Amino acid sequence: MKFPLKSFEPPGRIALSLVCLAAAGRADNSTSIFAPAATPAHAIFGLSMFVLAVTGLIFVVVFTLLAYAVIKFRGRAGDGGREPAQVYGSTQIELAWTVIPVLIVVVLFLATARVIHAIQDAPKPASAVDVTVIGHQFWWEFRYPKLGIVTANEMHIPVSDPAHPTPTFLKLLSADTDHSFWVPTLAGKTDLIPNRVNEMWLDPSRVGIYLGQCAQYCGTQHAKMLLRVSVDSAADFDRWVRAEQQAGAQDAKVVAGKRVFETTACINCHAINGTAADGRFGPDLTHLMSRATLASGGAENTSALLRLWIQNPDAIKPGSLMPAMKLNDADLDAVVAYLETLR
Amino acid sequence: MSTEVIPIEALQAAGKPWTETLHEWVTTVDHKRLGLLYIVLALLFLVVGGVEALIMRIQLVHAHNTFVSPQVFNRLFTMHGTTMIFFVAMPILFGFANYLVPLMIGARDMAFPRLNAFSFWLSALGGLLLYFSLLGGSGLYGAGNAPDVGWWAYAPLTAKAFSPGHSSDYWTIAVMLSGFGSVGTAINIIATILSMRCPGMHLGRMPLLAWLNLVMSGMVLITVTPLTAAQLMLLVDRYLGGHFFDTQAGGSAVLWMHFFWIFGHPEVYVLILPCFAFISEIVPVFSRKPIFGYPVMVGATICIGFVSMSVWAHHMFTIGMNSYANSFFTITTMAVGIPTGIKIFNWLGTMWGGRIQFKTPMLFCVGFLFQFLIAGLTGIMLASAPFDWQLGNSYFVVAHFHYVIVGGILFALFAAFYYWYPKITGRMLSESLGKLHFWLFVIGFHATFDTMHIPGILGMPRRIYTYEPGRGWDALNLVVSVGTAIQAIAILIFVWNLISSYWKGARAGNDPWDAWTLEWSVASPPPAYNFASIPAVASRRPLWDLKHPEDPDSLYE
Repeated sequence: MKFPLKSFEPPGRIALSLVCLAAAGRADNSTSIFAPAATPAHAIFGLSMFVLAVTGLIFVVVFTLLAYAVIKFRGRAGDGGREPAQVYGSTQIELAWTVIPVLIVVVLFLATARVIHAIQDAPKPASAVDVTVIGHQFWWEFRYPKLGIVTANEMHIPVSDPAHPTPTFLKLLSADTDHSFWVPTLAGKTDLIPNRVNEMWLDPSRVGIYLGQCAQYCGTQHAKMLLRVSVDSAADFDRWVRAEQQAGAQDAKVVAGKRVFETTACINCHAINGTAADGRFGPDLTHLMSRATLASGGAENTSALLRLWIQNPDAIKPGSLMPAMKLNDADLDAVVAYLETLR
Repeated sequence: MSTEVIPIEALQAAGKPWTETLHEWVTTVDHKRLGLLYIVLALLFLVVGGVEALIMRIQLVHAHNTFVSPQVFNRLFTMHGTTMIFFVAMPILFGFANYLVPLMIGARDMAFPRLNAFSFWLSALGGLLLYFSLLGGSGLYGAGNAPDVGWWAYAPLTAKAFSPGHSSDYWTIAVMLSGFGSVGTAINIIATILSMRCPGMHLGRMPLLAWLNLVMSGMVLITVTPLTAAQLMLLVDRYLGGHFFDTQAGGSAVLWMHFFWIFGHPEVYVLILPCFAFISEIVPVFSRKPIFGYPVMVGATICIGFVSMSVWAHHMFTIGMNSYANSFFTITTMAVGIPTGIKIFNWLGTMWGGRIQFKTPMLFCVGFLFQFLIAGLTGIMLASAPFDWQLGNSYFVVAHFHYVIVGGILFALFAAFYYWYPKITGRMLSESLGKLHFWLFVIGFHATFDTMHIPGILGMPRRIYTYEPGRGWDALNLVVSVGTAIQAIAILIFVWNLISSYWKGARAGNDPWDAWTLEWSVASPPPAYNFASIPAVASRRPLWDLKHPEDPDSLYE
């Protein structure tokens, strides 16, 4: 009689192949927890390796014992139907396999508690950047209270030099249902819950784009509530901040589009700094063209997709709360032209 | 002890009209018939829940697939989870408990036969209402909808503002009815075990199956009641202007999470303890040895019962609890692994030195042991709060709990089906179909659920109807989906085996496995009264004593 040896892959091997996968996927768009790029993710990575090693060892030992028992003690034709020795138990053995797991649990717990404390109770330096993250169905609002910036879906934060750390501290709120902020390469996830203020921090060590998405089911379009974190060099971050602090562009050539925007339902939900539009139900559009994506990462920010997004959002993100605007072609072209000046 | 059967002609008269048979089944208060009703109900819902899973896996075959809309996908995972937990796992385990507990403790029925029937019909009505939501979910204006709030129904998604219409009310009432049914059955099992054991069977001589169901029932009483209370509060919120969970009026979303998980986590143990019970009965018989360390097994069970009540907030590691709370729930969760580990070691000790016979029930037990080991170890990983900050709500967690529920619970259930089917029907299930079922299911299971861990590690969250390309998730999801198709084929073979063996299977006789507990002393299927005369026992293995009068267990226990 055989048993399913082949179909079991030891976690050690899985871990190894995962590390390879992580290394292979270490491109900018990696969302692997094994490609950490900030202290919280690094600490968790180290802990996971330790926990994987311990559980892997337990697996190998118990698997071997089970496999040995199954092979060694299988009934054979020559048994002649005799019953084996009837053994009822053994206090010494029971004691051994109680005490050893207890010790393992104590070790795992101490290692874990250290990392919990290191991440959750980290002091906030004066140089920290503050960002308030507000979860909405189905997009992200980012507010920088000290810098007077409001933006959406793509968060810019400065890279943190270990010598002069500039970590970013996030205050997490929700405007409607539960959401969860998860950028695996930077940190573990933390939920955004209405009537509750949560906090987390990031100190990315490399410049780049880091991807993530909402990790708590929040309604119909939970799947396309994507996250982009742009980690900028100090100079780039300063430039971005100065640009974001400007009011919306006022280009005389697109005044027709601006009028359409200001006289339709657009302004009920969207804000453009320096205009009559101050809706807060949808993303702030003051610097829409500074973003790479539309619809919280649901589409690239191109002219054609922007047009489609305004005319028929369900074609990109069915169930999103953006209504189909039903504009005539002239108005639609004008609005798109106007939005494209919002750099 | 009596092994003879007294046929009572009036009860077995042939040629009754089918309406009369139907009437008998609907009005039955017999524990065996109610057990079968539970099992058949659960098998029907298993097929429904399975089809829902298959549709979801087709949708996730590749990135940006449009097989179903996001709205439909969200309803599918809500219905899949609710169906599988409340209307498959719970009823099927209660069904086996109903059928087996009285037979194994030498009783003629459950303590409260009418309560038993009432509980079953409540659960069945709950399941019916859940699916009636497809017609009635949005009232009577014609656009029926199933609930789409996820099987945790987290607040405030269930508030009127986010869940208009009645779909989530159907969910609430279905779960509440199933909860009333579960509490009724739990009371019944406790009363039966505590007061209806046959002469000689003191608590230390009870089969482990009875012990595990006793602890499970105690847990049901403690954990299902808060869930039912929360459902009532939710109804008050939705219809009487209460604000328990309505965050727009200052209610607390976190309160619902606590209510849900104080039920939700012990529920896992409520489901797995009866499966431990099957393993604890089947492994000894096919190893030809008594269970290793019976008192320790009982102690570990009680220990699991208590400790598992204090681990619920490990489902809430990401909600922003402080570091002390996170540390507390880390250690309690890891601690529950200790008695569970002891159980695995004791089953190993039972096989050690035995003469293991690899009949189909034992194959599924061995599959259970290996898979439950892995499920337990990924559980220990997730118990570590920081690890959970990364992998909570990812496909790693989905893989972990399906490892428990499919690799553990379902494998144990298959073992139980192959083991007790001969007792229930009087016919053996086909061994060759059984082995085919086993191997196909093992292959499909591992293709699906081993692979599923990896997209989680690569950052794929659960409950998304589609995903972005270029993150290394595509190929893995394809393998996962192919695995589910293999599992579906294996399930079809199993169902065919159940049906065809009922007419064509070999005659089982009273005791086809040469087993040791009381249910094998009566005819297969057992007569309505179970025992012509109530047996008396002198050890944990009364039939061993009977077969080996020269070396009875009673000398050693």
